[in-house]
Amino acid sequence: MRYRRPGLDIASHAVLILALLAFCLPVWLAFTAATHDQASLYTSTAPLWFGDQGLGNFRSVLSEPVARLGTDVTRLLLNSTVMALGIACGKIIIAILAAYAIVFFRFPLRRLCFWLIFITLMLPVEVRIMPTYKIAADLNLLNSYAGLILPLIASATATFLFRQFYLTVPPELLEAARVDGAGPWRFLKDILLPLSKTNIAALFVIMFLYGWNQYLWPLLITTESDYMTIVVSLKRLLSSADNLVPWQAVMATALLAMLPPVAVIVLMQRYFVKGLVDAEK
Amino acid sequence: MATFQRHRLTPWILLAPQLAIVAVFFFWPAAQAVLQAFYVEDPFGLGRTFVAFENFTRVLASAEYYRALGITVAFSIGVALGAMALALLLAVLADRVIKGAHAYKTLLIWPYAVAPAVAGVLWMFMLAPELGLVSAWLGALGIDWNHQLNGGQAMALVVMASVWKQMSYNFVFFLAGLQAIPRSLLEAAAIDGAGPWRRFWTITFPLLSPTSFFLLVMNSVYAFFETFGTIDATTAGGPGGATRTLVYKVFEDGFVGYDLGSSAAQSVLLMLLVGLLTLLQFRYLERKVQY
Repeated sequence: MRYRRPGLDIASHAVLILALLAFCLPVWLAFTAATHDQASLYTSTAPLWFGDQGLGNFRSVLSEPVARLGTDVTRLLLNSTVMALGIACGKIIIAILAAYAIVFFRFPLRRLCFWLIFITLMLPVEVRIMPTYKIAADLNLLNSYAGLILPLIASATATFLFRQFYLTVPPELLEAARVDGAGPWRFLKDILLPLSKTNIAALFVIMFLYGWNQYLWPLLITTESDYMTIVVSLKRLLSSADNLVPWQAVMATALLAMLPPVAVIVLMQRYFVKGLVDAEK
Repeated sequence: MATFQRHRLTPWILLAPQLAIVAVFFFWPAAQAVLQAFYVEDPFGLGRTFVAFENFTRVLASAEYYRALGITVAFSIGVALGAMALALLLAVLADRVIKGAHAYKTLLIWPYAVAPAVAGVLWMFMLAPELGLVSAWLGALGIDWNHQLNGGQAMALVVMASVWKQMSYNFVFFLAGLQAIPRSLLEAAAIDGAGPWRRFWTITFPLLSPTSFFLLVMNSVYAFFETFGTIDATTAGGPGGATRTLVYKVFEDGFVGYDLGSSAAQSVLLMLLVGLLTLLQFRYLERKVQY
């Protein structure tokens, strides 16, 4: 191209690499801090290099009950995994079915159902938090996996995306299937689901992150450490009334809390980007 | 669209799970919130009295509410502008180098996966007074950093943590938007003698406006709601309410202060605000954006 300027290219790379380093700095510092013991952390400013604890802090938070939490981080990771998988799978399943009904069937009140579902896109859980909490309490859902998962499934993002995708499926497919004598369930199972594979993968990534990173809802609904999620536990670790914050344990826990979602996003990056860009349409 | 027509029951079976969940965990609580907003609950939760619009007038007359509104607006503008400007700059650079654009995308995308609360904690460590590395650097520059005491610094902390997390999301969209701009346009302008600066502002930037507008809405929603975790884990609305946003105030009044009526009234006001934003997005601003 005529307008390329090599000098600008080098400057661009330099700025990008600087930005990358700056973006990694918080995580790098967390990692180095997690390899020190508390005494050496508090002698000077945060170290830029590893300490003598190796992965010892990780091992201890994973295997022994952590002070202020009353449980070990392995349990918290398990809770977060159950919650994130529950939300991702639950949302995808009910969304596939509901979008299928709305796009491929004609029935009375169809438009009303459509609006009832899609109006939920507008109001995130934070806005209706008090009454939702009350209802969860009435239904005996406090401190349970169902309580962590169900209320967060009640939004239509996934349904909306599946609807958008189904609308692009050529009508000839349905006609051909009908001519061949396939009923609605058969069409869903043998034709529609195989076609939606990439959409399902993309949504899975987005919903897994959404579920894993939830904060307010799990904070309210879990009072027992047996059901606490790892993201929520950080605040508990930090709130020290009398003694010093155990930064090495906090940082080890924070890194463990970000490892699964970051792994998911890096491994499934292709689907994730597609899912994001589709969500825009 | 071809459809199944003779199946009367099947669509209802398909819709049942979604409708049930939405009814129980969305409409019921939303209705409760609206109803609650017109009542005052006695402190022991034994009964409540109908007070019509008193909760609303009380909220709208309190200086605290307007303070929280101001803080929310300042916070959202800080997060949206910061995250978008940074993302646009990096996306433009990544787009022009061609070689390595994909690698940069992979390396920049991961902060999106970090929970807002975790992002807040990571930044809090970097800026911890006495202990943090960045606060030590700032100290060397003569800035005495303590976000536990200084409200402005507490705000800066949550803004930076939120920008750090949100930037990658914006970057993905800006890069996709940039890569969709026809190269021939830029080349024609280059042949006509327009420098990189001029090309950016007269061609690239206007063509990116749909992406920018979409991101502006998404970033505002993010700043409004999802940053609750960042704020609660780091500053908890403090010091002295300097980082108490509207959503944080709903939570605080409801779960800490047990002022259910006021909290519900604030929820309803928030719902109206979000509804208004959505309407604005669809009706007004979208038409002004150049495609």
